[in-house]
Amino acid sequence: MTDTTSGVVPESAGEPAMKSLLIADARTRRRNAAETRFRAYGIIAIGLAIAALFWLLSTILADGSSAFRQTYATIPVSIDASVVDPKGNRNPEEMRKVLTLSYEKLLTTGLKDYIAKENLQIEGLSDRDLKGFLSDQAKANLRASVLNDPELIGQVVTVPALTSSRIDGYFKGRVTAEQAARDSKTSPAQLALADALKSRDVLETRFNMGFLTNADASETRPESAGLGVAILGSAYMMLIVLVLALPIGVAASIYLEEFAPKNRLTDVIEVNIANLAAVPSIVYGILGLAVFINFVGLPRSAPIVGGLVLTLMTLPTIIIATRAALKAVPPSIRDAALGVGASRMQTVFHHVLPLAMPGILTGTIIGLAHALGETAPLLLIGMVAFVQDYPDAPPAGLFDPASALPVQIYNWTRRADPAFFERAAGAIIVLLVFLLIMNLAAIWLRRRFERRW
Amino acid sequence: MPVSWIILLVLVLAATAYVLGRRRALEGANGDPRRLHSRPVYYGWNAALSALVPAVLMLVVTRLALGSSNLGALLVLAAAIAGVIFALSRTTPDFRARNMVEQVVKAGLILCSSVAIATTLGIILSLVFESAQFFRMYPWQDFLFGTEWTPAFGGGSKLGMLPLLWGTLYISLIALLVAVPIGLFAAIYMSEYAGPRVRAWVKPAIEILAGIPTIVYGLFALVTVGPLLRDWIAAPTGLGDSGSSVMTAGIVMGIMLIPFVSSLSDDIINAVPQSLRDGSLGLGSTPSETIRNVVLPAALPGIVGAILLAASRAIGETMIVVLGAGAMARISGNPFEAMTTITVKIVGQLTGDNDFASPETLVAFALGLTLFVITLALNIFALYIVRKYREQYE
Repeated sequence: MTDTTSGVVPESAGEPAMKSLLIADARTRRRNAAETRFRAYGIIAIGLAIAALFWLLSTILADGSSAFRQTYATIPVSIDASVVDPKGNRNPEEMRKVLTLSYEKLLTTGLKDYIAKENLQIEGLSDRDLKGFLSDQAKANLRASVLNDPELIGQVVTVPALTSSRIDGYFKGRVTAEQAARDSKTSPAQLALADALKSRDVLETRFNMGFLTNADASETRPESAGLGVAILGSAYMMLIVLVLALPIGVAASIYLEEFAPKNRLTDVIEVNIANLAAVPSIVYGILGLAVFINFVGLPRSAPIVGGLVLTLMTLPTIIIATRAALKAVPPSIRDAALGVGASRMQTVFHHVLPLAMPGILTGTIIGLAHALGETAPLLLIGMVAFVQDYPDAPPAGLFDPASALPVQIYNWTRRADPAFFERAAGAIIVLLVFLLIMNLAAIWLRRRFERRW
Repeated sequence: MPVSWIILLVLVLAATAYVLGRRRALEGANGDPRRLHSRPVYYGWNAALSALVPAVLMLVVTRLALGSSNLGALLVLAAAIAGVIFALSRTTPDFRARNMVEQVVKAGLILCSSVAIATTLGIILSLVFESAQFFRMYPWQDFLFGTEWTPAFGGGSKLGMLPLLWGTLYISLIALLVAVPIGLFAAIYMSEYAGPRVRAWVKPAIEILAGIPTIVYGLFALVTVGPLLRDWIAAPTGLGDSGSSVMTAGIVMGIMLIPFVSSLSDDIINAVPQSLRDGSLGLGSTPSETIRNVVLPAALPGIVGAILLAASRAIGETMIVVLGAGAMARISGNPFEAMTTITVKIVGQLTGDNDFASPETLVAFALGLTLFVITLALNIFALYIVRKYREQYE
């Protein structure tokens, strides 16, 4: 087995030693080669794992970063009183009856006037192309701002208007002229117009705040879809998880770690928690559907149900982390407290728990991060529904329909328009930023407060 | 009266009771806390808890029995006030207030620990009841051994589980084929070869993979890996023309499982006593021979446990297969074809508008039960192996 016996012929054999320890023989070389190979496998494995990580993150970043930018057209639009206020009495009730369609006319006229004024010659530009140039949302926004401020009527306003997702996609490289020729929704003339407007600084692609604050939008207007409702829904659910899972988890761990007698029941609870931690998350979704929605009768799509399901899912994680933190507090602390006459309850709540707190909080934050990214159980309790209204403030808002970040991502991947894929990847960036912040907080807590005994 | 008002009133009452209880105890002792059995705060807490506990119990009872009514609200408040009066009447310097309070706190702790059991019971009961309802409408033999999955909401659907089980196992197998070698070799390198500085960078980097939500992997499979495999391997060789396939889901799920396998194996390899390594190296083995012939055999049961845990993870994984594997239920050996899994069909049957009296919806609960039983068996077996192995060296 060893180098020396196989590599060197003993002197007692009487023959001169033909081999040297310094020159490896074939067998040693083979063994050394095997050693190098084995080491290389390890390095390759680590390299593959890290390459996969970079591949994953870089594709998401490359696909999603454009979702934070959006193309707006800033053209002068004259708010014609005869269109938006046909009776001329500025009565808000009557102005409300004027539909978005009329505002579309205003925008299209504005665009047409601008083209005429600048004397742009674009071949094959039809009225239909002009209509499709701006987003449906731009008309709705214009209508809302006019209703909000009737003073605008009769004036010429220059507001940035959302362009349609195809035009936006053209500047982000998602739509090309060849595709536009084949696509029924886009025409090459539109893209030529876009180029002409861009060169006159009328079209501008800039940071898109609406992506973070808007509600979800319908299939036909991806350019206005945002994460507002989803972020709010996720925040509500995290609030519920924090408020329920942290106290319950800590209380359960204190009992199991400090008070529970070693008996059959305690064993059952322990095995139970270990198994609950490994139950597939979708099973928790089934539980939520059967118990909270069908049995208790809570509303579907509500953050309260999602929060309860995620609480049950996070509890084992928090219990396991808390028990480890409690176990790490040395028994001398307990002995000292008991020695000066504290009761066991006082020992735990006055001395052990404060010392274990950093570990408990670290575990809780990591549990929350897992809950924030969880999708499958939320699909089953109806959070996939299309929600356009923001939920109210808690507590009443907890029962309103809402979305959640990961579910919104899933929703967008199901839609046909490729512009939604960009949004989904952008939403993932938002989700990952939240997770990064939470994990950094956990690391900071651990570094700052961890004590080694 | 709305619940929030009742709760607010009870809390105000409890706060008042705290002040009264504390003051009464001190008055009884002529203002000298040393003559009390417990510290004054415990008399206050005793009075406050005497208001809260009966009030909460009464609230639950009246809600269940009467619903929302003024009579119920009155009963709740009466219970709280009666509790306070009873507590105050018992508040004398000799009263063991601390023991009372600690007993209530302990009862609360026990109640919280039983949430874990309640969750398990909830899962099992909801799965079993709804599945039983399903099996009253659909014969269980056809469900367990049927090879055809064609749900039709008009009736006459065939709900055989085998194609779904096949897809689940096939994808999990590919995922393990990706994750186990990479994860295991990474763990071996990190625990046996890498210096502390390499370890400090590589270990967290690999663990980032574990912190990424599965929906991200799902989108990655759908947008990047699926089209890549289709355009470069499946389409040129004529094996398939679909972006979603067993291979896509399997590879991406494998990437997700790498940190899971590597961190578990790392722990297990580190638990092998150093004396075994020293003995082997002292006899002249190279490090790799030591690892292959000494460390790995000693760690084998633990590693098998880790792989089983990873397998249970793979079987229960949902989002990656929903986005990456497709929705076609079929039994085929070609990994570049779209297949589907148990979890995909649970999501499929339970999202949207459900009719909870039709077998097409209820089958999701039977699938959930199957999934739960498989993963639970794997987990219990794996935990048993890991635990048994750990005891050997401790």
